[in-house]
Amino acid sequence: MKQLTIAGKIFQSRLFLGTGKFGSSAQMEEAVLASGSEMVTVALKRVDLETDTDALLSHLQHAHINLLPNTSGVRTAKEAVLAAQLAREALETNWVKLEIHPDPKYLMPDPIETLKATEELAKLGFIVLPYIHADPVLCKRLEGAGTAAVMPLGSPIGSNKGLRTLDFLQIIIEQSKVPVIIDAGIGAPSDAALAMEMGADAVLVNTAIAIAGNPVQMANAFKLAVQAGRIAFESRLATKVNHAIASSPLTQFLHETV
Amino acid sequence: MKQFKDVYDQYTWDGIKASIASKTSRDVESALAAKHRTLEDFKALVSPAAMPYLEQMAQLSHQLTQKRFGKTIQLFAPMYLSNECNNICTYCGFSLDNKIKRKTLTAAEILQEVNAIKQNGFNHILLVTGESNHTVHVDYFLKAIDIIKPHFANISIEVQPLSQDEYEQLQRAGVYSVLVYQETYHKEKYKDYHVKGKKSNFYYRLETPDRIGLAGMHKIGLAVLLGLEDWRTDSFFCALHLDYLQKTYWQTKYSIAFPRIRPAEGVDISNYHINDNELVQLMCAYRLLNEDLEISVSTRESETFRNNIMKLGTTTMSAGSKTNPGGYSVDEGSLEQFEISDERTPKEVAAMITGNGYQPVWKDWDKIL
Repeated sequence: MKQLTIAGKIFQSRLFLGTGKFGSSAQMEEAVLASGSEMVTVALKRVDLETDTDALLSHLQHAHINLLPNTSGVRTAKEAVLAAQLAREALETNWVKLEIHPDPKYLMPDPIETLKATEELAKLGFIVLPYIHADPVLCKRLEGAGTAAVMPLGSPIGSNKGLRTLDFLQIIIEQSKVPVIIDAGIGAPSDAALAMEMGADAVLVNTAIAIAGNPVQMANAFKLAVQAGRIAFESRLATKVNHAIASSPLTQFLHETV
Repeated sequence: MKQFKDVYDQYTWDGIKASIASKTSRDVESALAAKHRTLEDFKALVSPAAMPYLEQMAQLSHQLTQKRFGKTIQLFAPMYLSNECNNICTYCGFSLDNKIKRKTLTAAEILQEVNAIKQNGFNHILLVTGESNHTVHVDYFLKAIDIIKPHFANISIEVQPLSQDEYEQLQRAGVYSVLVYQETYHKEKYKDYHVKGKKSNFYYRLETPDRIGLAGMHKIGLAVLLGLEDWRTDSFFCALHLDYLQKTYWQTKYSIAFPRIRPAEGVDISNYHINDNELVQLMCAYRLLNEDLEISVSTRESETFRNNIMKLGTTTMSAGSKTNPGGYSVDEGSLEQFEISDERTPKEVAAMITGNGYQPVWKDWDKIL
């Protein structure tokens, strides 16, 4: 399996994990370890540097795990830049998962503010991974703005509905010059495998693991699915044929001698 | 611009009450099976016809809540700043005609309370007052927030209705959410319960969430005070309010609470009781209607009841609450708004949450946001 490189950083695992919604921090840690993930997102708003009462960071202290702070909760580019700066200071990383969703109901990302924030953050030296709709044009605009990767959604966040945006994801993957990480909506290992078979560079999963009956085992299932999907992609899948081969070809006459 | 008053005036209390009463088990089954539920479905789910389906409602509510909020419960503490009040409300311990000593915390006292609350681990705080516009006004709130903000990640307020401009000031100062409960949506009965003072103006209160929404506040909390009128009809109007607000102020989050009338100084017990089964039904009906609604359960409810409804749709809980100004450290004997029921410490409540396989969340916001 080929390694994944984002902004010069190499990852062996193509599975990223979100750390919210778990029944306990200890369980979250176990699931992260079982998933083999080297990149986990942490909501800046959940981080408590003073007391760490929620014991979030203390459960993520492993040499192979990189923290990707997200800006969840911000509604504008301006707030996002502020949050990213604070995260950089607090977590000592210039990587940021940009999440700007002014709509608290479906947490739909705002494309206009996201583009603005990406431009600004890239100029400030951040490695920006924006959460976006599966919008191929926006992806190209973000590339122009200096994004390090794009994170289009498969379906509404937390919905577990799988890859409802499949056709657009395919276009994004085909056109992209930066890594494509499919984020949001991946509800089952089979969804993750499908994303990887299509050629996505990585997937990000949270709800499907966190609220599973056995989150640790489910993390392992996703690990295997992501690996299987990626290996299948690299091995080049046999083309699907939807039609039968006709027994009386219509062009047969071209080959017949009179 | 159209405001909620215009929506509200299209309905009659008796019409809604009759419509809820007419719901059948077939309506309930169709509401349970629906992919996206409407206010008509909500009527069926709060109707007496839904009671035999309570277990099914609870299962669905549990699943939907976990999907949206995970296995977590957000914790907060209320902090009463003042019990001065110029309103006469027949159910409230702070009522003006209740001849007791009044107290409004000074800056030094606020800081002392802050320290006591912080020691319990809290990072989210709810500031509560009565309505005394001469002494406890927006300038008082701004000063209080100035003192409180460095110590808490998230500040909510539950104070008298204010103007849009005042809400904007508070938002800029760092207030995240505003709770304003209509108490009852029964226009005429409202006047019987709110006899005197600014609160007696039904429509001014009814339009308050519009002003909060226009001010761009992050979250608005609604509720009916259960026990003042028929809870089913009242809750329909509250759900209607919620539906209108969510469509109008789409950048705002919403929360709901289910305060049942509690014993308080000089107060007769409720006229319209809602029992435990019905309260569970109501909570589940809200969750089935609205998957992203925050549902808050206070220490008004008993230990056992709270332990059990934690998994049925709850997202937020208070713990170790004091409902009197200075109650945590300054003046533990001052007049409380109502008696709390669950008297466990925050640590004990957190342990109960953990014991249920859930994570108590102390911080889910940041003061810089």
